[in-house]
Amino acid sequence: MSEADMILPLDSWHRARGARMVSFAGYSMPIQYEGIIAEHRWTRESAGLFDVSHMGQLIIAGAGAEKGLESLLPGDLAILKEGRLRYSLLLTDDAGILDDLMVTRRGDHFYMVVNGATKEADIEHLRERLPAGVVLDHMKEQALLALQGPKAVEALSRLAPGVEDLSFMTGGAFRLSGIPAWISRSGYTGEDGFEISVPASVVTEVADLLAEQPEVKPIGLGARDSLRLEAGLPLYGHDLDPTTTPIEADLGFAISKRRRAEGGFPGWFRISKEMEQGTIRRRVGLAVLGRQPVREGAMVVDGEGNEVGKVTSGGFSPMLEAPIAMAYVPTASADAGGTVTLAQRGKIFEARIVPMPFVPHRYHRKGAAK
Amino acid sequence: MSLHYTKEHEWIRVEGDIATVGITDFAQAQLGDVVFVEVPETGRQVSKGSEAAVVESVKAASDVYAPVSGEVLEGNQALVEDSALVNSDPEGEGWFFRLRLSNPGELEGLMDADAYRSFCESQ
Repeated sequence: MSEADMILPLDSWHRARGARMVSFAGYSMPIQYEGIIAEHRWTRESAGLFDVSHMGQLIIAGAGAEKGLESLLPGDLAILKEGRLRYSLLLTDDAGILDDLMVTRRGDHFYMVVNGATKEADIEHLRERLPAGVVLDHMKEQALLALQGPKAVEALSRLAPGVEDLSFMTGGAFRLSGIPAWISRSGYTGEDGFEISVPASVVTEVADLLAEQPEVKPIGLGARDSLRLEAGLPLYGHDLDPTTTPIEADLGFAISKRRRAEGGFPGWFRISKEMEQGTIRRRVGLAVLGRQPVREGAMVVDGEGNEVGKVTSGGFSPMLEAPIAMAYVPTASADAGGTVTLAQRGKIFEARIVPMPFVPHRYHRKGAAK
Repeated sequence: MSLHYTKEHEWIRVEGDIATVGITDFAQAQLGDVVFVEVPETGRQVSKGSEAAVVESVKAASDVYAPVSGEVLEGNQALVEDSALVNSDPEGEGWFFRLRLSNPGELEGLMDADAYRSFCESQ
């Protein structure tokens, strides 16, 4: 931990539970409690509690908020219903990704959750571009928790009755043991689960209530990373950055149909061109042969050893008990079933391109059988 | 038999001119869950301070440096098969390799158990 790290509201709560703290996104945060593999498996089998209070929680309000946001995001907000979440992107004029985020229509305003490391730049970007009359509030006084796993619904509905009726990518206002909370059925693990926004002043009480449930254990950033990697979910600053476009990153689903046809958001020209003609490279999932993890920064090489791509996330999958990775590879060799060669610290690895997610998602979708 | 420690958190157990090398309990706790180990081949000459083995946890890859020079007699194949031994028994079944010392004088600068304990406390 460096001297400059900021302290989150649950700092002493984590330390009291034996967390090892590290520097992440400018904050001191728990990387693990009992161990990454045990925490990872617990989340997949029961329910894990994550502190994600470093993320930016924003309110965008005012008469022109919908139009103003649509001028900056590729999502169709006009058809976004009350309490619905949408995954979206902040883009440069050349379609580079500035951040990925969740936006929710909430009454007369939009609620947005952006990445911790990029939140200050995002706020500046939004404030400079949103029309006059649209107000952006950074809710610094709100903390954010995530409860993820197949038993999250059992544990949370005991404290906040009604959350069991939410379906994936919807949210609402609830009382969690009397405390006002905004709760959505969403997350970053591929499991069913919830994200819970509460005032920082009461987050310790909320964390205690959740951690007291027999299904729940606190989970660190280490398992958060291995869980999202198994779920095939990209991590901003690693798998996504201003040099990658949504189409290269295989995030075409974030470009709503109407927006693609009409345009009116940054990067539209390049994105529509790439949707028609394809891209030179694409983000894919890799199953690495052998046992040794291949990590971020490893090269994808061709037969002559020339670098033709890059591994952007890589590690060991606790569920598959094998190394997995995400990489950008030439589109010509990006089809599932193909193989690529990787080089890391002077050693060569073979990897098979596989569909993502690596471990199936288990979201609670509306209308789906329980 | 004598037991020595390095600032890189390795232990060296010496019997005659044979040294067994592993990483300490402190080191395995810092690494977290170990998922991959590579040990040196029999017959390889390693010199003090050179890379001799690789240990990778879920979080990161680390090199294990030869704490003393010598000829590798054996890498621990049990560890290659079951890398979690580093976590469960780092200073026993989780040893990395054995070597025949080529310069026993190199043991002079290493720490004993008490000195190593104080070193860890200062970390």
